Amino acid sequence: MASSTTNSAYWQGVRDGAPFVLVVAPFALLFGVVATEAGLNLLETMAFSVLVIAGASQFTALQLLTENAPTVIVLASALAVNLRMAMYSASLVPHLGAAPLWQRAFAAYFLVDQSYAMGIVKYERDRDMSLREKMAYFFGVVTPICPNWYLFTLIGALVGQKIPPEMALDFAVPITFIALTAPMLRTGAHVAAALMSVTLALVLAGLPYNSGLLVAGIGGMITGAQAELWMERRGMKV
Amino acid sequence: MTIDTGTLWIVIIGLGLGSFALRFFFLGVIGDRPLPRWVLRHLRYTAVAVLPGLVAPLVIWPAATGGSTDIPRLTAALVTLAVGITTKNVLLSIFCGAATLYAGIFLF
Repeated sequence: MASSTTNSAYWQGVRDGAPFVLVVAPFALLFGVVATEAGLNLLETMAFSVLVIAGASQFTALQLLTENAPTVIVLASALAVNLRMAMYSASLVPHLGAAPLWQRAFAAYFLVDQSYAMGIVKYERDRDMSLREKMAYFFGVVTPICPNWYLFTLIGALVGQKIPPEMALDFAVPITFIALTAPMLRTGAHVAAALMSVTLALVLAGLPYNSGLLVAGIGGMITGAQAELWMERRGMKV
Repeated sequence: MTIDTGTLWIVIIGLGLGSFALRFFFLGVIGDRPLPRWVLRHLRYTAVAVLPGLVAPLVIWPAATGGSTDIPRLTAALVTLAVGITTKNVLLSIFCGAATLYAGIFLF
């Protein structure tokens, strides 16, 4: 009985994760193409997607590498983009925290925007799920998503060299980032954080080692947090 | 413009390890203890605080035009943002932005 419900939780996860292939595949393809255009070979491009599996962070690192930013700045900026993963990790603890360490380690590796979002929605709705079912569901969601992340990076890397400069691929990264960020601007606080970040980044663009971006990131975070407090005090929706 | 191979591998491996550490930290190490509210409050805004700052200079001073502001690229960025905010659809925004960019490059 237990194994059959675990099994069905897994397949439920696969079905819920499948539509995300439509989002993940083009994004991975684009990373493969842009990385190849930046001069990375097949192994380097694939290592990025397999070791990091976080699109926005990979694009951030790649962009700063092509600008010849210092290694510390590249790592700090790309990891800052991934700080939200720590938040996901924290919020999954009540649901998956009791699983064996090796399972938690695998779950952590596969913790991406989609698996977190689907998992947390499911766990909070179906409160009687067992730990095994929750883990099975999580890995089910990941099954169509992560292998396709690798596969489409590979395809992008293979076709990347054949794309002519008239395609203006230099602008693929800004467009993708804007498209990813726009839906995140849910509240006034998010908008305030983004505006502060843009302002600081433009004003401080002349600072050496791309350090303006770090200041813009920290300034944006503080602005968002303060705006949230301000809105809370006025009883506004955050 | 070319990326140094040694630097590249340091970034790939460092970013891989760092990203795993961020993902594993609470689930694997900290356990069930809740985070202080002020930490969560700042973490909520990391993505919207970093990504716009990264993109803004690329939009205003694109490398492909030698750093001078370019109407097709600027328009494409604004269209992508407008479609993204109104529809919340990532792929549709990318598509509209790219279409605007190509139309702009063709026209100007």
